[in-house]
Amino acid sequence: MTVAGIPILSLLIFLPLAGAAVVLLMPSARLGAIRWVAFGISALTFLASIPLWTAFDTARRGMQFEERLPWVAGLGITYHLGVDGISALLILMTTFLTAIAILSSFSAITTRVKSYMATLLVLETGMIGVFAALDMVLFYMFWEAVLIPMYLIIGVWGGPRRVYAAVKFILYTVAGSLLMLVAILYLYFSYHAAFGQYTFDLIRLYETPLAGSAQLWLFAAFALAFAIKVPMFPFHTWLPDAHVEAPTAGSVILAGVLLKMGTYGFVRFAMPLFPEATHVFAPWIIALAVIGIIYGALVAMVQRDVKKLVAYSSVSHLGFVMLGLFALNTHGIQGSVLQMVNHGLSTGALFLAVGIIYERRHTREISEFGGLSSVLPWFAALFLIICLSSLGLPGLNGFVGEFLILLGAFQMDTLSSAMASRVVTGIAATGVILAAVYLLWMYERVMFGPITNEKNRGLRDLTPREFWTLAPVIALILWIGVFPNPFLRRLETSSAELMERVNARMIATETFQAPPAPARAAALAPARPAAPSPFPAEARP
Amino acid sequence: MKFPVDVPLGMIEPLLIVSGVAIALLLLDLVLPHRRKYISAWVALGGIVWALWRTLAQWGLMERGYAGMVALDSFSTFFNVLFLSSTGVVVLLSHPFLKKDDVEHPEYYSLLLFATAGMMILASGLDLVTLFLGIEVLSIPLYILAGYRRDSDASNEAAMKYFLLGAFASAILLYGIALIYGAVGTTNLVRIADVLANTSGPLPEGLLYAGIALILVGLAFKVAAVPFHMWTPDVYEGAPTPITAFLSAGPKAAAFAAIIRTFFLGFGPVHAEWDAVLSVIAVLTMTVGNVAAIAQTNVKRMLAYSSIAHTGYVLIGVVSGGVVGGTGAVFYLVAYVAMNLGAFAIIVLLEYAGKMGDELKDYAGLGFRYPILGALLSLFMISLSGIPPTVGFVGKLYLFGGAVQSGHILLAVLGVLNSAISVFYYLRLLVLMYMREPQEELPPIRVPVAFVVVLVITAAGTLLAGIFPGTWFEAARDGVRSLFS
Repeated sequence: MTVAGIPILSLLIFLPLAGAAVVLLMPSARLGAIRWVAFGISALTFLASIPLWTAFDTARRGMQFEERLPWVAGLGITYHLGVDGISALLILMTTFLTAIAILSSFSAITTRVKSYMATLLVLETGMIGVFAALDMVLFYMFWEAVLIPMYLIIGVWGGPRRVYAAVKFILYTVAGSLLMLVAILYLYFSYHAAFGQYTFDLIRLYETPLAGSAQLWLFAAFALAFAIKVPMFPFHTWLPDAHVEAPTAGSVILAGVLLKMGTYGFVRFAMPLFPEATHVFAPWIIALAVIGIIYGALVAMVQRDVKKLVAYSSVSHLGFVMLGLFALNTHGIQGSVLQMVNHGLSTGALFLAVGIIYERRHTREISEFGGLSSVLPWFAALFLIICLSSLGLPGLNGFVGEFLILLGAFQMDTLSSAMASRVVTGIAATGVILAAVYLLWMYERVMFGPITNEKNRGLRDLTPREFWTLAPVIALILWIGVFPNPFLRRLETSSAELMERVNARMIATETFQAPPAPARAAALAPARPAAPSPFPAEARP
Repeated sequence: MKFPVDVPLGMIEPLLIVSGVAIALLLLDLVLPHRRKYISAWVALGGIVWALWRTLAQWGLMERGYAGMVALDSFSTFFNVLFLSSTGVVVLLSHPFLKKDDVEHPEYYSLLLFATAGMMILASGLDLVTLFLGIEVLSIPLYILAGYRRDSDASNEAAMKYFLLGAFASAILLYGIALIYGAVGTTNLVRIADVLANTSGPLPEGLLYAGIALILVGLAFKVAAVPFHMWTPDVYEGAPTPITAFLSAGPKAAAFAAIIRTFFLGFGPVHAEWDAVLSVIAVLTMTVGNVAAIAQTNVKRMLAYSSIAHTGYVLIGVVSGGVVGGTGAVFYLVAYVAMNLGAFAIIVLLEYAGKMGDELKDYAGLGFRYPILGALLSLFMISLSGIPPTVGFVGKLYLFGGAVQSGHILLAVLGVLNSAISVFYYLRLLVLMYMREPQEELPPIRVPVAFVVVLVITAAGTLLAGIFPGTWFEAARDGVRSLFS
């Protein structure tokens, strides 16, 4: 579908790329012009993505805004784009965060500005492509194409250990995703064996009949690629390095969007393609997710570097997202997808805030600060809201997502007993408390108390540009926190569809016996169409 | 005059043109005054373009001649296009490079063309004897070209090493051909396949398999497959850089054309017997190439090991067999030639511009100093490591696809793991170019037109064929299909 005759998704993908070319053609010395043109292009891309919100039909099943062109006809590769509620939200978040990230690097990046801005725009093309692609080869191309710009952003504009961090980032990701390539090819030939046609079209590959053992292997190959990207414990070790060394905008994009590519991969590919394997692996993934929640939180607590603290908090938060996904019920999935967006907003904003104090003091050591709230009152207020959002305070966005995830986890049938689900939920809920501990403790040490370090006296409060990078994010944080229904409504049909797919093929083949019979009957129940939102706006505590 | 066999000259027209121009160049040397030697480069290039035009006119023709020893089919035509294009690129690279050092002689181009003629014979040989002929016509000019810089010890060493080992390999190949003749009573590939498939009585299996093994050894030497790869790094490092570029592209593709035709067609019926051996060689070749490449500090040596690794990838396609596997291998050769020649073109250019572009550390800070060169070298490295949207990625997609389809899933997995290793050393150049400061002030580079043409061709091949691979892919598939018809 197109809006007013314009293929929206193609426009979104290629506008930043064309913008990058324009930026590269500008004279390098005109820093101001380069910055504003780059920001203008990203803002334009964001505006162009608004139809994904306004023209989106929340009741419709399947994909919307679809575009399909033959590409390599002989092999069944198509240029197939489309979004459902899940990917539409993620694309909106991507265009939003990219514009914010570009605005935030006006003063932080002073060398090779032109290349930097062009690289960020190329990165945006790749990210939008990942969320919009419905052909496996197209998806894989975008997925890998994201790596090189991010590699350059970390490696060229990063901190002192940037080269190490950049190489680690790319090697981890490539190693995982190449195995996925083999799995994609296996799937492709399995489809051909069953239907006599070659296609990489995801929607058709969903129908591929696969034996149980093949599913397990394929799921494992996909899951490894995505788990590294998420990152799930124990594949997370590249993340703190990459975050600490990346420039602020790089961290914002990395945490906000790139990690979501991993969780999105589970939602769009691994789970619906291999439903039986999803059920078999669910307990293991849930275990890793819960370990990640607690481990990430505990490690975050003892960090001395603010940025590293935020990086580890991501490991913890993404654990929640994975838990919600593999609860395998609509609440969990809706909560998880919403939490992907929430994490993008609040962690993105946390990195922006860290970047703002780093630009003033060129250090991120917590012990170097203290008492900043008296010199930076505006910053203190905004930073507090961001921290509260990240730790899940009711009334802000984080709470909605985490609550739904915990609700989903509480009701899940994927574990052997209802008791186990409750225990898991209980442990995961501790993570919320720990988040409050590490974030508030950090906030206290940085912002409150007397000014112990003379260098902190006379720091400048937020500039208007800095204010306007944070303000839109905080506005969204409040919006989702107070009135999440428009967001949840967009996820309802898509989540229900995903659940049907994950649970339906299971009965069709009957090749495994993981959940007991009554549990399975319950698992099928969420097929109810358009369940009323469990989270009406007025029912907030 | 009446020949005892059919002699359809039109069938080998491109070959005749290339050889004719090569001979004409030798004569030209006698009449050209010293400062006009450069004309020979344009004559060679003209000959290549002419041959290329005639080759394209042959597209789709299917003929056999010379008592069934030579074939004209889409397979040979496809490879001839590849050989001629890569030789054309090398001529363009060599001209400014040789002119600068005042060592431009017509016999250089003549040898290049003779080698190209050898490749063309290899790709169309339908008989083991033709195969041997092709190998020799290809190899002897290469031995001389590797030692073209008579004043350089490294170049002399490279030539000597290449010649000695190459001579051994040729002898082994010839011995293998003799054994095959003893076993099946013919050297014609079509008839060998016939005997192997239809014979009712027992065959002398020992002779047959020993023969296949020895032929494999001889050809494995030419494509630099482990454990017959030892010459590669030294020869690549010592030879003049345009010749290194040449060695890594055309001759490798030609030897693969011979492997594909011999093993798919002649030894196809006993596929099961050599399958496992070739799989092991493929894995060893990829792994040794990639792991050794990590340890290199010299760009030419690094690319030498990388070329060994790429041999391993192509061998996966050969093992996979059939139209899918063959197409994967053939397409990957095109991809490899395009991206590898592109990478070498930049190394030659840096050497030409006076920076010794041989050591990795020379590349520090290059990316921002020469933005276009940096971007192009990055493109070639990204493609060599198989990251989209480049032809290197599409090539691997087909190759590993063939492996998965034919049930060699373990090979595909080992292949992708190797690709992951290779990312490390290819991207090290990006690290150096963009993430390190230059050691000294880098002077501006004036890029001769010949290099511009080469870089445009190779970059377009690498990027456009990565995004729109359809045409090349279908041509490669037609070529492989014509083998089986």
